[in-house]
Amino acid sequence: MSIPKTMRLVDGEKGNLIQITSLNLDGVMRRRLLDLGFVAGAMVEVIRKSPLGDPIAYRVSQTTIALRKEESSRIEGVLMTDGE
Amino acid sequence: MGNSYRVALAGNPNTGKSTLFNALTGLRQHTGNWAGKTVSLAQGDIQYKDKTFNLIDLPGTYSLFSNSSDEEVARNYIVFEKPDVTVVVLDATSLERNFNLALQVLEMTKNVIICINLIDVAEKQGITINERILTNRLGVPVIKISARNKKGFPMLLDTIDRIVTGAIDCQPVQTTYPDDIEEQIKKIEPKVSELIGNELSARWVSLRLLDGDENLLNEINERFGQKERA
Repeated sequence: MSIPKTMRLVDGEKGNLIQITSLNLDGVMRRRLLDLGFVAGAMVEVIRKSPLGDPIAYRVSQTTIALRKEESSRIEGVLMTDGE
Repeated sequence: MGNSYRVALAGNPNTGKSTLFNALTGLRQHTGNWAGKTVSLAQGDIQYKDKTFNLIDLPGTYSLFSNSSDEEVARNYIVFEKPDVTVVVLDATSLERNFNLALQVLEMTKNVIICINLIDVAEKQGITINERILTNRLGVPVIKISARNKKGFPMLLDTIDRIVTGAIDCQPVQTTYPDDIEEQIKKIEPKVSELIGNELSARWVSLRLLDGDENLLNEINERFGQKERA
């Protein structure tokens, strides 16, 4: 086990389990993401990536939600497991 | 005939609000699962004992902070039209997500019933829900139903009845915020209360103002300004 690694959601690989630490967004988009379950402390699993890598589907609070990199690059978390 | 009461149905999309609405009222409002399906407000009546419950099917939303017109319609109805009872329909299989909306409603209005739908599906998935603990924690009635199988309806109708007659007194739990926010609320709540009177929850309006909700401020100005002019 090493020191927890901070990463952006956009950099997660399929199968990664990431615990959210911060949302670097403001206004309506921040509110919207919070409402959808992207809150600090929440566990997010990277489900799959589109062929071109954007958008990426995540599983959060029992639902699959796809985010574009404009949003997923602004959400930070700690990698919990890499799904191996 | 007897008295008529307005009962609003709120909830996330795809929690079975419209199914519940149709089952209770016998109306054939179309149900489907695309975004913003419940566009205008469907209404239907239920006769129960000596009363008429006028059911209003609000648009399905994840939140009531008016990020979209759906959310604005639902929020405005709950806050300004003041239904006698607001029933929040939750999906038993994803309560964590659904409670976001439920807790928002508990902040906005007093007479709330938490109606946990799809309980049959949840049980199949091995999810057990203790509605008594939830009722104690939330301060409002929590009822488990299956709208599709028409299970739990007598309990739901009886609870609506007992709220409108005053037999049940709802004491919705209020979310406590970090100290700095609570301090700010204390500062502005008395002033808000002075301006709006008892029409709206002063705590809720204070919170929305602290969040910079200009849309709500405009709505209040419009509605309360009209009353003064009238």
